[in-house]
Amino acid sequence: MAASEEDGGGSGSPEEKENGKKRSLGALATAWLAFYNIAMTAGWLVLAIAMARFYMQKGTHKGLYRSIQKTLKFFQTFALLEVVHCAVGIVRTSVLVTGVQVSSRIFMVWFITHSIKQIQNEESVILFLVVWTVTEITRYSFYTFSLLNHLPYFIKWARYNFFIILYPVGVAGELLTIYAALPYVKKTGMFSLRLPNKYNVSFDYYYFLIIIMLSYIPCVISFSGCYLRNQQPDIQK
Amino acid sequence: MKHYEVEILDAKTREKLCFLDKVEPNATIAEIKTLFTKSHPQWYPARQSLRLDPKGKSLKDEDVLQNLPVGTTATLYFRDLGAQISWVTVFLTEYAGPLLIYLLFYFRVPFIYGPKYDFTSSRHSVVHLACICHSFHYVKRLLETLFVHRFSHGTMPLRNIFKNCTYYWGFAAWMAYYINHPLYTPPAYGEDQVKLALIIFLFCQLGNFSIHIALRNLRPAGSKTRKIPYPTKNPFTWLFLLVSCPNYTYEVGSWIGFTIMTQCLPVALFSLVGFVQMTIWAKGKHRSYLKEFRDYPALRSPIVPFLL
Repeated sequence: MAASEEDGGGSGSPEEKENGKKRSLGALATAWLAFYNIAMTAGWLVLAIAMARFYMQKGTHKGLYRSIQKTLKFFQTFALLEVVHCAVGIVRTSVLVTGVQVSSRIFMVWFITHSIKQIQNEESVILFLVVWTVTEITRYSFYTFSLLNHLPYFIKWARYNFFIILYPVGVAGELLTIYAALPYVKKTGMFSLRLPNKYNVSFDYYYFLIIIMLSYIPCVISFSGCYLRNQQPDIQK
Repeated sequence: MKHYEVEILDAKTREKLCFLDKVEPNATIAEIKTLFTKSHPQWYPARQSLRLDPKGKSLKDEDVLQNLPVGTTATLYFRDLGAQISWVTVFLTEYAGPLLIYLLFYFRVPFIYGPKYDFTSSRHSVVHLACICHSFHYVKRLLETLFVHRFSHGTMPLRNIFKNCTYYWGFAAWMAYYINHPLYTPPAYGEDQVKLALIIFLFCQLGNFSIHIALRNLRPAGSKTRKIPYPTKNPFTWLFLLVSCPNYTYEVGSWIGFTIMTQCLPVALFSLVGFVQMTIWAKGKHRSYLKEFRDYPALRSPIVPFLL
């Protein structure tokens, strides 16, 4: 879902002002967040390099997903911690906003690309993987530098401007991937529960995915509004 | 008797919106709101929030001008609460929906289950019983809205009706779809399960109704007074000994009964979501009681005896 640029990883969200989080963080919390953000920056850098190397060596994107999937799953799943950061209060972002954004990433990784193997070599997968990688490296390094009180102008500029290209491209990649997965979901009936059963409920993953795709529309509209608004404070600088 | 002057400023822009002179010292905020509406008809009293401080709490309609910490020229700040809708309207709409929607599924109206099932009837007796219980529940709610409840607030923001109706109507359709489905599976433990469920359901419906009556009797017609509710001669109200909001306790109980009766997961989820929401409300109400009354009984929990 709409997950590219924002959420409460180290800190910050579309709604949050940069200085908010620095106000009264203890030394331990600061140290942990610094470690977390540095580790995540490193992780996504490793992913970026692995993806570049694969493509340079093999000349094709086929098999690229398989080669990096373990690293991707590890670092993207680890991001669940960001929800905890918000819940505990060391990051001043709404738990709900962060939860939605991390969930949409988890959903793409585990419930689409991991579970529906036939679409792993689609170009759209590479599309969103590249977007996610650039986004996350920018985001986590932004948080790291902010925490260390030394924010290079380029990183700040990147954080607020990359999304203009990255966000629509990322959304396109994700939507195209889900769309490509639909026939396989329909054929296998995966993750679905039919009637009759003793719980008197049913679930059709195929139609669920279609609803997910449709719900990108309101999400994209509302998130774009937030991201664009965040641009304002920078005009003076 | 010295008259007051009241100026009303916009809380955000500080723009002078209205100047009232020769206001009686014993004028209430409600009366001032009525005067304000004369100059700004689009802001009817229900959508006005007047306060002494732009960021402060809203003044109550019953507050009297001369009792407020103001000089003879009072400055009040106005905030628009947005379009308002009466509580009664919201309740009637949100309850009428489930009543009708469930029946559409029960009678298997066309375009829901497939042509060969149109207007057919389920062969399971529990399905008929469930329809009676569900319909009874919402008829009860509608009648209580019209004849029993005494509302503290007249209105709520208009957007609430969309939110609330989506919730009630959506869940009603979701539940009704499965319970009345041709492939519905009746409860695993058969008649015994249904009998037990019905007893729980009826007991809790009676309990819930008893509490609503008790709360109504606490408050005379037209007043907004708040008093501590106590158990009455009706045994169902004895739950007040243990709980601040037994109406919510009984409501959750009714839905648990309905879940057991229908053995339907969507009903269980609806009960769970309702329980979470009612717990939030009960905790809030419990906190207000504790704040307002020094002698509030210590044994009481918000919604679940001893636990929550």
